[in-house]
Formats: sequence, structure tokens, C-alpha cells
Amino acid sequence: MRQSKVSITHYTMKTQDIEAYIGIGGYHGLRSALDMDKSAVVKEVQDSKLRGRGGAGFPTGKKWAGVPPSEETYVVCNADEGEPGTFKDRFIMENTPFLLLEGMTIAGYAVGAVKGFIYIRGEYPKIADTLKKALEAARSQNMLGNNILGTGFSFDIEIRRGGGSYVVGDETALLSSLMGKRGFPWMKPPYPTEKGLWDRPTVVNNVETLSYVPLILSHGAAAFSKIGAKGSTGPKLYSVSGHVKSPGVYEFPMGVRVKDLLKAAGGVQGQLKAVQIGGTAGPIYDAEALSMQLDYDSMQAAGGTLGSGAVVVMNSKTNMAGVLDVSMRFFAEESCGQCFPCRYGTRQLNYMAQRIAAGTGRQSYLSLMQDTGEVMRATSFCPFGQSVSTPLNSLLKHFGDEVKGFIQQQDYVKEVI
Amino acid sequence: MLNVNIDGKPIEVETGTTILEAADKAGIDIPTLCKHEDIAPLGTCGMCMVEIDGSPDYARACITQAQEGMQIRTHTRELRRIKRKLLQLVLAAHPDDCLQCIRHGECELQKLAEKFEIRDLEYEQYTRGLPIDSSAAGIVRDMNKCIGCGRCVEVCQNLQTVKAISFFGRGADTIVSPGAETNMGSGVCVNCGQCVVYCPVGALHEREQIDHVWGAIENPELHVAAQIAPAVRVALGEEFGMAPGELVIDKLYHALKMLGIDTVFDTNFSADLTIMEEGTEFLNRLAEGGPFPLITSCSPGWIKFGETYFPDLIENISSCKSPQQMMGSLIKTYFSETRGIPPEKIVSLSIMPCTAKKFEADRPEMNDSGFKDVDYVLTTRELARMIRQAGISFDKLEGTTSDSLLSAYSGAGTIFGATGGVMEAALRTAYELHTGKPLENINLKAVRGLEETKTASISIEGEELRVAVVHGLSNARELLSYVHKEQQAGRVPYHFIEIMACRGGCVGGGGQPIENSLYQRNLRGQGLYKEDAGLPLRKSHENPEVKALYEHYLEKPGGERSHHLLHTHYTRRNAYTL
Repeated sequence: MRQSKVSITHYTMKTQDIEAYIGIGGYHGLRSALDMDKSAVVKEVQDSKLRGRGGAGFPTGKKWAGVPPSEETYVVCNADEGEPGTFKDRFIMENTPFLLLEGMTIAGYAVGAVKGFIYIRGEYPKIADTLKKALEAARSQNMLGNNILGTGFSFDIEIRRGGGSYVVGDETALLSSLMGKRGFPWMKPPYPTEKGLWDRPTVVNNVETLSYVPLILSHGAAAFSKIGAKGSTGPKLYSVSGHVKSPGVYEFPMGVRVKDLLKAAGGVQGQLKAVQIGGTAGPIYDAEALSMQLDYDSMQAAGGTLGSGAVVVMNSKTNMAGVLDVSMRFFAEESCGQCFPCRYGTRQLNYMAQRIAAGTGRQSYLSLMQDTGEVMRATSFCPFGQSVSTPLNSLLKHFGDEVKGFIQQQDYVKEVI
Repeated sequence: MLNVNIDGKPIEVETGTTILEAADKAGIDIPTLCKHEDIAPLGTCGMCMVEIDGSPDYARACITQAQEGMQIRTHTRELRRIKRKLLQLVLAAHPDDCLQCIRHGECELQKLAEKFEIRDLEYEQYTRGLPIDSSAAGIVRDMNKCIGCGRCVEVCQNLQTVKAISFFGRGADTIVSPGAETNMGSGVCVNCGQCVVYCPVGALHEREQIDHVWGAIENPELHVAAQIAPAVRVALGEEFGMAPGELVIDKLYHALKMLGIDTVFDTNFSADLTIMEEGTEFLNRLAEGGPFPLITSCSPGWIKFGETYFPDLIENISSCKSPQQMMGSLIKTYFSETRGIPPEKIVSLSIMPCTAKKFEADRPEMNDSGFKDVDYVLTTRELARMIRQAGISFDKLEGTTSDSLLSAYSGAGTIFGATGGVMEAALRTAYELHTGKPLENINLKAVRGLEETKTASISIEGEELRVAVVHGLSNARELLSYVHKEQQAGRVPYHFIEIMACRGGCVGGGGQPIENSLYQRNLRGQGLYKEDAGLPLRKSHENPEVKALYEHYLEKPGGERSHHLLHTHYTRRNAYTL
């Protein structure tokens, strides 16, 4: 993909020098946007059919168009990249921070905001420093601050660091945290675009989403939307990790097949057993995953989700009882504790999975775990608790016999000893 | 208006109505653990999930608004199954010591477990092993029993704005706790106990003193003298199946005597006395031109709140002790001397609707006689327990009278228990003492009722006096922030302000019978106004025992002895350096 200029990887540099960034075409998008009417910028993004890269896949232009006029509107960049196996936002912020700043500034212009926040996860302290330096550089070039490029448009960005909570990756929980409150999600509506930060209209976009915006403005919506799959346009950054020879971030047009992505990542180490797609809350597939197409609609049709674009590969040496344990422990540790089903459900799931992995599990746990997952899906307050059943059920669907066998074998071992 | 259909029953509701409210209107009881009618919906428990036709997901009835044409089902087989599982998840984390629990029989979790027929648990039970915090004078917190519904946090943060407790930790380790690793005794908690009355389970309760009181009663060396607060007489009956607001004062006197209490006085008397002292203080300020506003000092929850969050207004707070402390002080002096019982042999006991009164009684300055004004404070709920322990069938009890000396009261004294009552009582007396003429209409309806902030103006000899009444500390915070701002600009928005920490006034105190919702509080308040209307004396200065007290002992309101025994001072507290 490096050959196409309509890609993030075109802008990744060894240096974080703003002049070098401008030299390879940086800030062309912002200049184009500032020459246009605000509404034309929104229309261009709508025409590109760009969809939110954080996981939900909501059309970005539609989100922007839904912002009511207000004296105080905010743009918030969700850089709380907490999804296990996901490191694409980090890749952008480390390698091309100005692309993000440029995208945010365009967003600010388009929705009539004067202020932006980058909410970055607490575990990325060095990147926060990188961004701070980039902000200074952008201000010194008049790409941020008062009267940007002499156009009369003023906009600035502030960095806020998270405290290490996964749930704060949810936009409403993130806004709670940004306002200094506990990171509890809130019920929508009202949507943040209507009532967000301090009850003002607020646009929340993911790092990757915002980073594609300058490309749309400098190359045009048509150039962007002709890349990718129907319904999921443009390129996408995929995080590939686990048992592949070259784990890393790979940029492909939307709709790339898993097997092609894995080939780009150097191929599987050993024999492929399972792939988890979309993050911890995504399904765990067997080798059938290889033929899947990685875009929003294809993944949904396959009963899964593209999520953040994380692809975690497991080879034949992986113990699926262990995977179950790790997955359930993640949910238990990261539940925010607000609603009953998630707070109590994750605790019980973690307990049972831990017992199974430790060899003290019972066969009856498996159906009770699935039942619990279903109750959580039906009654949890936010998508976090609702989604536990997805990895749980898919793991047991494909590897249930292995887990059952593991429980039985451990029982046998105990008897013999 | 819009039309919905719930469980096959068509019903018309106003736009903006939640499904929960609509169901209630249709006579359908949707189970909840976190939602309470007096508190904004929290959406935490998930017990109110309902099925809506055409929607792939279940919805929380408490936070989902009814929409035109909605077809809603509330108790399908699947919903019942899911909720049973959910309840099991909660119960697996809850200690099963129901028989020893202070809320046994009044626990919302227990009631739901019964309703859903939870007979065994599929889940492994676990306990959290958390320490019990009994460092506060009025409130004990046992977080092992906490189900995490968040009502107490909502009440403390938003309804009372005391901000003593909030959520900490994540997932199953989530806990409600005072901030900065303090405990309740050393934090900003004002002991109002509103968290206690809204807690659905036994995680929060009053610090019980029943054993100490039994000990004092059973000790032949000691003379126990009790007082009963105004709000108790219209609430205690509820503990014995009577209606909220039903006046049970005569039975109450009898019950206390049957328990073995030697002398029974009535806080209504010292409420009248408070009016004499506070009314005089007000008239003195009127003569001297301030400082205004004068703010009432009867509610100990408000006093600590004021000391903490509005220390600049301390000189505005009346120096009068509360009726409880005035009575306590007189029991150890006037009563002691009159009856010839040495104060060290007297145990001063008060029956209060309030958990903060326990804190007030323990304040170090409350011992002007050289002895503690009040030795023990029992809440209405604790007294009910003692009455049951003594085998007294309270509802069938004959009435009797209290003991003379510190018991006579006027209607003005009895309405102290409801929001606006102190203001109304004070104005009845202040007007008359100042003008020498009787107030034409003594029913000051403008300051009665549950409206959050009530204001009125009254003309005394051509001077327009502005008064305000607030109940609930968030309303107090709002009003005082305004007063403080006006004061700094050199203006006096009000001359006299009544503040009660709890919504509804003392009838809604943290020690009152559960259920203690605005519904009950309203009826209890009405009960007090009804008693007032039927009493021969309606004004504090007409109280014959108050007159006698001044004649034989105190000399005059605001006099030297009054100042020594009946007035107090306040402490500036800082919310952030505890």
C-alpha cells in the first residue's frame, strides 16, 4: 500500500519535524478545507463514506452533520486505545502525529469548534510527550491557535491523560472521565453530538478516523471512496499480533482477506488454530477465518465485528482453556463496576474460567458460563458487559470439546495422583 | 399525552413518562433494586428490563421513555428467567446472615429474592471481608452487604451535596467509600442519615445505643429522664402498622414509662423555649441592624454542613442550641435542682428522628452544666425495637401524660418537626413580642409543604422582613451560595432563613421508620400541622411551663443564664484538611 498517496503509511516518517511533514504533502488537507465553506467540508467527508475506525463504524460525516450550532462545541479525539491486540492509534501518534492534529483541526473547522481534546490512555506517556511537542510545532507554524493561516479560524488542542480504565474507551465514559468524573458510561440519547462535554455539542472521533480526514480533503472524497469495499470505503490499519512471524500494523484497503493480511505479516508461526478478530469482545474463530473479508459489513454478515481491526493469531500449541481464562480475567478486571450484571457476572465468569484453567473446574461450569453471558448480554448497561458472550460462545462453539476434554483430563490427573 | 400498551393493557400517559412510571400507572409492579421514587434513575441494577415489540434488545424501564404505540411486556418467561439469574449473581456476593441483619424484613433484596423464589444458588458464594466502619457518631457502614446500587452516592453527592462518599475501585471490587482513605468519622459526613434511609439493604444503619439505654434503665442508682422530638410522634406508629402521620404521642409517653424510664419530658417544650431565645436573638439583631440573615440552628446535619462548606456564614447562624440540647442542659440543671437529684445520677436520653442528633450530643461543647447535656440518643427505629423487646403491643396501648416541669407545649413547638415549622413558630412569637399585637393569621401556609425553597415576606411595623425556608442540603447550598454572593455585594436578600438538612424537615430524618420516602414525610408533616391546629395554645410565648422557667430560673430570654445554658458556638471546618 505504500505506493498510494491515499494512505496513512505514506505520511509515516522517521522524524517528527513539521517541515518534513509539510514537505510530503502535510497540511494540504487543512489548507483545502479552510478554502471551503464549513458545510462543504462536512459534505466532502460524507461523500467519502468514511466510517468510524474506533469499532462502531458510524459514518463520520453523518456524525459531524448532526452537530447543532452552538457557541461552544468540542472535538474530542479518542486516543484511549485500550483494546487488547490493538496498537494502530499508537502507530499513528508515534509516526505521524501531525496527521492526527491536522485531521482534528479540520474536524474543528467543519463542526464550528474552538477547542479540541486528545484523551490519551495513561499507558502512553511517551506518546503524550510526542503529541505535546507536535502541538507546539503546529502552533509555531500557525496551524493551530488563533487565526489559523490568516483565515480567521481559531482552534486549539489540549492533551488529557487517562487513568488506565478500559471502559473509558467508550465515548460517554471517556467524556465523564474528561470532565473529571468517574469513568462511568451514560445512556444515549442524548448523544454527545447534542449534549457532550459540559452539556455542549461534542464530536468524539477515533485517532485513525481523524487521521484519514486530511487525505479525504487533499485527494477528494472520490479518491478515498474508490478504495476498499462497498459500504466500507478507504484503507484501514490492521493490528496483527500473536503467532505470526512479523507482528505489526498493516494498512490495506477495507475488505482485505485474513489470509492476505497474515501473509503480509510473514505468515503463521506453526499451524494455525484460532483467530480472534475485532478485539477481546470479538469472536474467536477456527481456521475458517482465513477466507473472511475484513470490513464492517462482511464481518457483520459473518456474525462477528471488525471492531478496531485487531487480529490475534493463535497456533496449535495454544491451550484454549487458558485463552478462556485470560479473556474472562480481562473482562473482570476491566468492568467499570457500574451495573450489576457486569460487576457480578464478570466476577463469576472469571472465577469459573480460573478454576477450569487451574484444573479444578467442573463440566457444569460451561453451561452456567454461557447462561451468565446471555444474562449479561440482555441486561448490561453498556456494550462492554453485553459483549462478553461473544468470545465466550464462539470459543466454546469451536473449541468446546477441547475445554471439556481439558476439564476431564485434569479430573483424571487428580484421581491418579 | 401518548398511548402505550403494557402487558396487554392500554394506557395513556404524559409525554416524557418512563416505562416504569407508565407500568406503575397501569398497576404493574416492575421489580427494581436501584430505582427509588425520590431519586433520579441510576440504571445500575438491570432488574427492570422489559421487552418492547420491534426492538432486538431489552430496555431498562427506569430510564427508557414511553413512546407512542409502544407494546411492552414486563414479565415474560424469558425476562423472569433472566432476572432470577441476575438476582442469583447478586445474592452470591451478599452475606446470607439475614436473620442477624438490622434490615431483616425490610430489605428490598430479601423481598425480591422471595418474590422470584430463589431457593438455591447456582453460583459459588463469596464474601469480600471488608472492615465495618463505625467511626461516625450516627452511621455504621458495612460494605460487605452493599449491593452497589448507587442510591447512597446519588443522595450524598447530589441531593445533599455533602460529598462524603463516592465509588472507588473497579469491577467486582467496586466499593462505596469516603474519599482520600478517610473514614466516616473523620470525613465531611454530616450524619444526616439520608443514605441510610434510601439504602435498599442493611449496608448502612444507625449506630445503635439500645444496650446502653437498657443498662441505664436497669441501674437503680440512675434516674433516666427522656425527651421526645416532635417528628417522632407522627412516625413511630408506622413501626406498629399504623398510618404515617398518625399522632401517637400519648401512647408514646405510656410506652416510655412501661420501659422503666423515670421521667418523660417532651422536646416540644424546648422547641417553644428555642423560639423564645431565637426570637429574642432575632429582635435584638433587628434593633442592632444585623447581621442578617439569621439562620436557624436546630438541625445538626445542617450545622456541620454549614461549618464545613459555609464557614464565612457562621456568624449568621443562631447561637441557640437545638431543642434537644436545650432540654438536655435543663435536665442536668433546672430539673436536677428542682427534684434534688444530683446531675451525675441523671441519664439524659432523647428519642429523635435523626442520626445527626447522635453526633450533636457528642459535640464536646455540649456540656454547659458540667455534664453531658444528652447522654444517649435513640432514633425512632431504635425505640420501636426497644418497645418490641419489652413485649409492648404499642398499637393497643392506652394513652397517658408526660411529667410536668419540661413538657407543656404549644402548636408552635410541635410543627418544628416539619419543614417551615420553625420559621412559622418564630414569626408567630416575634411578631407579637415586637408589636405587642397578636398576629392576625397565624397559619403561614407560604412556608409549609414540600416545595424545595419557600420564601415569604412579612411586614412588622412597616418594615418588610424577607424570610426563606429550605430543606435538603442541596437546596441549602444553592440558597446560601446566593446569600453569600449578595452579602459580599453588601446586600441582604433575607432576614431570616430556616434550614433543615433533610427533605421534608425532621419528619424525614435519617432515624425515621423505613419506608421513609417523600410520600411518608408529607403525611407525617400534615399530622403535625393537624395537631397544631387542634391545640389550645398555638404560640410559644404562651407556654405556661416556659413562662415558669423564666420566672423561677432563667429570668429572661437572652439573659445571662440562658446564654450559659442554652446557647453555643460553632467551629470552622475545612472540607479538604480533615
